[in-house]
Amino acid sequence: MIRPLSILVGLGFSVAVLWAFGSGAYVAMTEGTGELSAEYAIHEKPHGPEGGFSFEGPLGKFDRAQLQRGFQVYKEVCAACHGLKFVAFRNLQEIGFNEAEVKAIAAATPVPGIDRNTGEATTRSGLPTDYFPSPYANDVAAAAANNNAIPPDLSLMTKARKDGSNYVYSLLKGYGEPGDPEVMAKYPEFETGAGLYFNKYFKNVNIAMAPPLTTDGQVTYAEGNPEPTIQQMSADVAAFLSWAAEPKMEERKKTGLWFLGFMIFVTILAYLSKKQVWAGLKTGRKD
Amino acid sequence: MSFPWATQYEPQNGFTKWMDERLPLPRLVYNAVGAGYPVPRNLNYMWNFGVLAGFCLVLQIVTGVVLAMHYAADASVAFGKVEHIMRDVNWGWLMRYAHANGASFFFIVIYMHIFRGFYYSSYKAPREMIWLLGVVIYLLMMATGFMGYVLPWGQMSFWGAQVITGLFEAIPLIGGPLKTRLLGGFAPDDAALNRFFSLHYLLPFVIAGVVILHVWALHIPGSSNPTGVEVKQESDTVPFHPYYTAKDGFGLGVFMILFTIMVFFLPNMLGHPDNYIEANPLSTPALIVPEWYYWPFYAILRAFTVDFMFIPAKLLGVIAMFAAILIWFILPWLDKSPVRSAKYRPLYRKFFWILMVDLAVLFYCGGAPAEEPYVMMSQIATAYYFLHFLVILPIVSQIETPKQLPNSITDAVLGSEGKA
Ligand code: HEC
Ligand code: HEM
Repeated sequence: MIRPLSILVGLGFSVAVLWAFGSGAYVAMTEGTGELSAEYAIHEKPHGPEGGFSFEGPLGKFDRAQLQRGFQVYKEVCAACHGLKFVAFRNLQEIGFNEAEVKAIAAATPVPGIDRNTGEATTRSGLPTDYFPSPYANDVAAAAANNNAIPPDLSLMTKARKDGSNYVYSLLKGYGEPGDPEVMAKYPEFETGAGLYFNKYFKNVNIAMAPPLTTDGQVTYAEGNPEPTIQQMSADVAAFLSWAAEPKMEERKKTGLWFLGFMIFVTILAYLSKKQVWAGLKTGRKD
Repeated sequence: MSFPWATQYEPQNGFTKWMDERLPLPRLVYNAVGAGYPVPRNLNYMWNFGVLAGFCLVLQIVTGVVLAMHYAADASVAFGKVEHIMRDVNWGWLMRYAHANGASFFFIVIYMHIFRGFYYSSYKAPREMIWLLGVVIYLLMMATGFMGYVLPWGQMSFWGAQVITGLFEAIPLIGGPLKTRLLGGFAPDDAALNRFFSLHYLLPFVIAGVVILHVWALHIPGSSNPTGVEVKQESDTVPFHPYYTAKDGFGLGVFMILFTIMVFFLPNMLGHPDNYIEANPLSTPALIVPEWYYWPFYAILRAFTVDFMFIPAKLLGVIAMFAAILIWFILPWLDKSPVRSAKYRPLYRKFFWILMVDLAVLFYCGGAPAEEPYVMMSQIATAYYFLHFLVILPIVSQIETPKQLPNSITDAVLGSEGKA
């Protein structure tokens, strides 16, 4: 009884879903499956700086000097619009600033506070335990100042996008890079609206962020550092944001290598003892 | 409940004698996973996954309890709490990555365990109850995983919860109120987050309870084996300890090596980047996908795009998605072939491998956007999925001529020597 019933139910499900398949196929045949949108076709995958980032791979480490340069770019350029709310000033010690430097960086940054006498909202100078403040009081203010787009907090940016470190790098230096001419020629009606900027790495290729890095030397690096070209600054700030998103990466990889070695050792021992235990017993299957 | 030749537990010293008379826990362990439990001597590595699943459950409970110490189920702080765990809690990043990847590995292990069951028809008499309890465990795991994914309160958490609870709306009449009940509101918010956290903490212990029943039921007939021929004599078995403790130990080592590589070097590979963006009810992600282990069923859900016989497409999809798992419950009664192992069932073996390919297609389509050609692919694959279990399996088990079975496990292992 159960099997004839199950055959009926099984046929029922398949007919229902094949019915949907049939009508889908009919639509596809009569109307076609639809064109790719221009944005979708023009969009390109990100790529990293030449030679890749120092922190890639199982042994990769952050380059402290690069992180400090990246921090400088963030502070002098990006911080005007983007917050970094999960990073505290004290965390900067992890990328090589000393205590006094951290104190000075914090003190130079106004953070929200209250007036001790009246209780009114004001700003005070930051302490190492404070977190990077958002440049805007709230989302409404942020949108109003940026042509209706809200500049996202950057603390987790490199983890919140696919291939994030390379993405931030490509995005920053990708303004003005034209799309593939063949693809562009296919979409003559494609245009970038007012207040938007063409960037083939952004998901819909029209981003509301004005190019933040526009000229070589926009940020002045201390002596002994590479030339601050747009590419170099983009790579540096992308590296800094990768650290901000995953500050425990070095600790993680270091612990991982040690633990992996240990597990391999234990597994070899386990294999040998399994062989030893089973040695007297014939297990090969002959049939 | 064991074979007559099983070694009997003998307390070795005063303390164990004293214990044995009052709380015979050592005896229980000895008979369950010790020398007192005879197991077929010919199990292959597919039989390692039960023990590995048990390990995963313990791992999830241990890391989960530590995470819960630092987490708060409040929609305004949950996302930040998870970052606090990642950045400020000692070894917090390890706990979180181990728990998140642990869930994925748990599902990989369970899928291997279930597919082993399909291939060797482990669900057949006298093991139906083991199988039924297994399907219950799997359903509980699905619910636990879904609710756990909501807790970090990222974009995928929020929108996943929105989509999945929205499925209940397809149920006629009571659907709308039912969804509101589940969420404690009209959209996922504090109320939903709190009850999901509460249940996410509870369900693993319910699973642990069902696992005890599952293993208890297993110990009545004992494990099946790759030939599917039942144990007949002492030479068919070896004691669980030391034979299978050693083999499971090696399996666990291999598992741990793969798990270590994932947790320490590719911790976000199986996650979705959007979940590192805090939940925002005003911004819908371009593509809402559940975690990878739900993809085959998500593909079945979305394959029903057109109403059929006045049943709305959405309702059909929901019914089919749940039915896709629920039909496993009746598997023991659909497959009437007296032979268990696919090794001796040439026709069934072919269909088993087609089913694996079919599941791979469903998996792929479930993670893809709801566009062509994925929708059409998933429709064909969905039709085949139901045909396999409900039509092909009952018919094949009736018509196929199985190959000659070995007389006993010993015969299968030793060939002609065994007969002497
Ligand atoms: C004038 C204000 C402004 C400055 C300065 C600025 N940004 Fe932006 N940024 C924006 C706005 C507005 C958006 C949102 C764009 C959108 O959604 O179209 C944005 C978005 C982004 C995004 C996210 C893109 C995405 O995929 O959603 C990244 C990454 C980013 N900015 C990085 C930077 C970095 C790095 C700097 C410093 C070098 C910087 N920004 C400087 C305004 C700014
Ligand atoms: C928390 C999850 C689970 C745990 C801890 C668990 C544990 C175990 C263990 C330890 C065994 C014995 C070793 C083995 O044969 O692999 C076993 C056997 C079995 N399990 Fe599970 N299991 C779980 C989930 C499931 C699920 C989801 C199913 C199927 C839907 C299932 C079906 C079976 C069957 C049929 C057997 C007997 C196989 C045989 O004896 O040949 N189990 N389980």
